Amino acid sequence: MILHTLIDYDTLRVIWWLLLGVLLIGFAVMDGFDLGTGMLLPFVARTDIERRVVINAVGPVWEGNQVWLVTGGGAIFAAWPALYSVSFSGFYLAMFAILFALILRPVGFKYRSKRENAAWRSAWDWALFIGGFVPALVMGVAVGNVLQGVPFHFNGELRIFYDGTTLFELLNPYGILAGLVSVAMLVMHGAAWLVLKTEGPVAERSRAVGSVAALVTIVLFVLGGLWLYYGVDGYRITSAFVVDGPSNPLAKTVEVAPRIWFANYAAHPWMLAGPALGLIGAALASLLFRVRSEVGALLMSSLSIFGIISTVGLSMFPIILPSTVDPRSSLTVWDSSSSHMTLFIMLIVALVFVPIVVAYTSFVYKVLWGKVDERSISDGSGHAY
Amino acid sequence: MTALYHFLFVPLTLGLSVLLAIMETVYVMTGRTIWRQMTKFWGALFGINFVVGVATGLVMEFQFGMNWSYYSLYVGDIFGAPLAIEGLMAFFLEATFVGLFFFGWDKLSKVGHLIATWCVAIGSNLSALWILVANGWMQNPVGAVFNPQTMRMEVANFFDVVMNPVAQAKFVHTVSAGYVTASIFVLGVSAWYLLKGRHTDLARRSMTVAASFGLAASLSVVVLGDESGYLATEHQKMKLAAIEAMWETEPAPAAFTLIGFPSQSARETQFAVRIPWVMGLIATRSLDTQIPGIEELVAQAERRIQSGIKAFDALQAIRAAGSTAAIPPAAKQVFEANGHDLGYALLLKRYVDDPRQATAAQISQAAWDTVPSVPTLFWSFRIMVGLGFFFILFLATFFVLSARRKLDHYPLLLKLAVLAIPLPWLAAELGWVVAEVGRQPWNIEGVLPTVAGVSSLGATTVLATLIGFVTIYSVLFVIEMTLMVRAIRKGPEPDDAPEAVLIPHAFAGAE
Repeated sequence: MILHTLIDYDTLRVIWWLLLGVLLIGFAVMDGFDLGTGMLLPFVARTDIERRVVINAVGPVWEGNQVWLVTGGGAIFAAWPALYSVSFSGFYLAMFAILFALILRPVGFKYRSKRENAAWRSAWDWALFIGGFVPALVMGVAVGNVLQGVPFHFNGELRIFYDGTTLFELLNPYGILAGLVSVAMLVMHGAAWLVLKTEGPVAERSRAVGSVAALVTIVLFVLGGLWLYYGVDGYRITSAFVVDGPSNPLAKTVEVAPRIWFANYAAHPWMLAGPALGLIGAALASLLFRVRSEVGALLMSSLSIFGIISTVGLSMFPIILPSTVDPRSSLTVWDSSSSHMTLFIMLIVALVFVPIVVAYTSFVYKVLWGKVDERSISDGSGHAY
Repeated sequence: MTALYHFLFVPLTLGLSVLLAIMETVYVMTGRTIWRQMTKFWGALFGINFVVGVATGLVMEFQFGMNWSYYSLYVGDIFGAPLAIEGLMAFFLEATFVGLFFFGWDKLSKVGHLIATWCVAIGSNLSALWILVANGWMQNPVGAVFNPQTMRMEVANFFDVVMNPVAQAKFVHTVSAGYVTASIFVLGVSAWYLLKGRHTDLARRSMTVAASFGLAASLSVVVLGDESGYLATEHQKMKLAAIEAMWETEPAPAAFTLIGFPSQSARETQFAVRIPWVMGLIATRSLDTQIPGIEELVAQAERRIQSGIKAFDALQAIRAAGSTAAIPPAAKQVFEANGHDLGYALLLKRYVDDPRQATAAQISQAAWDTVPSVPTLFWSFRIMVGLGFFFILFLATFFVLSARRKLDHYPLLLKLAVLAIPLPWLAAELGWVVAEVGRQPWNIEGVLPTVAGVSSLGATTVLATLIGFVTIYSVLFVIEMTLMVRAIRKGPEPDDAPEAVLIPHAFAGAE
């Protein structure tokens, strides 16, 4: 197969860096509202029937949405094996916490309404809350730690070593701030979904919460940016490097210095679109919550998520995962990807299947369009949960 | 491994999704609501099982990176691709439409809903295909070469990876096993209804579908299991020898040990009952091809370890050279000649840090390490095969009974059907044991030993999370069982919708 040389190795790497972003954003936008809804469940819905409305608002779609996470994991494995192996084993306990919480979620959705018992149902409501809150928080914490760097290094055989990353070390102040950005962002997004899918008191409460969560997102995001500027060192490749060479992370040197994470914006001002969209999206979402534009609020909160996640990627490019203990080991776009051929094959697969997935997902959402009302749940027609 | 747990839930999902699609097809074709009621009832049980499969599968996707980080880095270039494709092509399809399956009864036309159900069934089966492509590659790593510069295996021919004969045989074997599991599950639950005299209409029809579908599937399981055995002769000789507890090479055609007590330490099989010729026929499909025994294979492994050490030595020289141009030609030549045995040198990592320092005793010990646990394989395999033949007989009996409309005439058989529900799971788990324990000590056959693949994590951390997962899975398992039993006790929801008018009442009793 010579076909794969049609696209340069370095171009493919950049494409896959973008696709990595697409998958992460796809996950945050799609499954994000499920997570947000889980977090809101005990607060915006008080009676049992209200809670069932909330659960059924995400009931038919959460399974499909969660696949963004599974596919994202698979795609990182296939396209960025070094990132996959370093990050998931480095964030071992954090991943464990996320998976543990995510296991609760499907089970909670499915099993909660199988029994009338109030204690049983209330227990699952809190399980669903944890299933939304813990992943949202820990993923944000992980991003906060990626920005600060992670203590890992490679030996000559490219075996990975960690120099202590317990869950508690991840919970440093900056990590927690990033975690809160993520929680606020997804609460906003979950509220936007509930406003769209429900009516009456649940929708009213969601509207109020969502509008505030959008403002909190803005404040925390700005705070995170200021802190990054004044208190967190960035990483930069200092040696000459080949962008289409073999993926060997040890063939370069890396410098650590303050404010490097902002260098890309000075060099390429268009990149400021990332943070700008994050802020504008959240501001408009807050406004649209108030003026009762249901679809508009959901779109704007999606835009805000897009902007916020892009900001992280754009600030770090071409670094993907910096190493604090041995900066040379840091993973970059140029030295942690799969081989030329794998990237090419996976790109073809993605080009064929992503449009198909988007097409049938849109179809399913269209079929399920409309509000979930209390009556349809109490008479049991068409609802499983 | 959590894979064992995940595999508890998967076969039922695989098979039941197809049974649901079949039942609903009958509904759409005949318009008779009993078939819709059946689809909904078995669908509810499917749903309870499905969520646990999803939850445990999610963990699997990330476990490679968490616990097997060196493995992930070493083979991610090849191994990651099927997993990613699985997500994109299959899992999205299955999970997106499963929502419509449950929530779409009133929102879609009959045919529309049927298509959604088939999408779930196709998605879950495609998903198995890609997972088994990945797993088949661990058993028979084709289409890949080692790249000394990136210190990992890279794709040389992706087509070979996908068309891996081991993966294809495993796929059909596993999927058919899933169909058998679901059929016996449906059969058993329906038998219970017949015994209690409840929902007899629904139960009888379900049994008919399950028995015919299951019979076809069980035949295919055994045929493809045989194909797997044949392929093992080609690609995993050690696994085959261990399954058969064949310590010494025998003149062809070898005898088949029906039963016996293999002992790993004494390296012999006691009280063996042997049938001449059969083994040679099954494994090589010829009368004159020899099957190497364990001792001969160990001797081969020892030679390959020696060759692997040379490759390891050359690799160090290549790595030290820095750039491609500076690689000493001698080292390059040695590596090209012995590179395929590099994995064998890594077997020594268990004893010494640098394989070049290994003593002769350590090499011989590492060579014996290539023998998996013989008694485990021997017994797992025999019980699995025994169950396989039992299923054929069992499903054939019910097939005949349902054809003659005598399903409720033999209460003893019905009781047997209820008791048989757990057996396919036993067979499936044993099959998993044969495949995966038989692969030991390799993570990837002949390429990367298991001990070399793990993350550099503290043993306590791994143990703690393992206990964590086992606990939560066990809790889930208990909850799932409770809910299943409750749902079965409660029985199907009455379906009040009127029968489609096109069907005259005269035909209502005929079936």
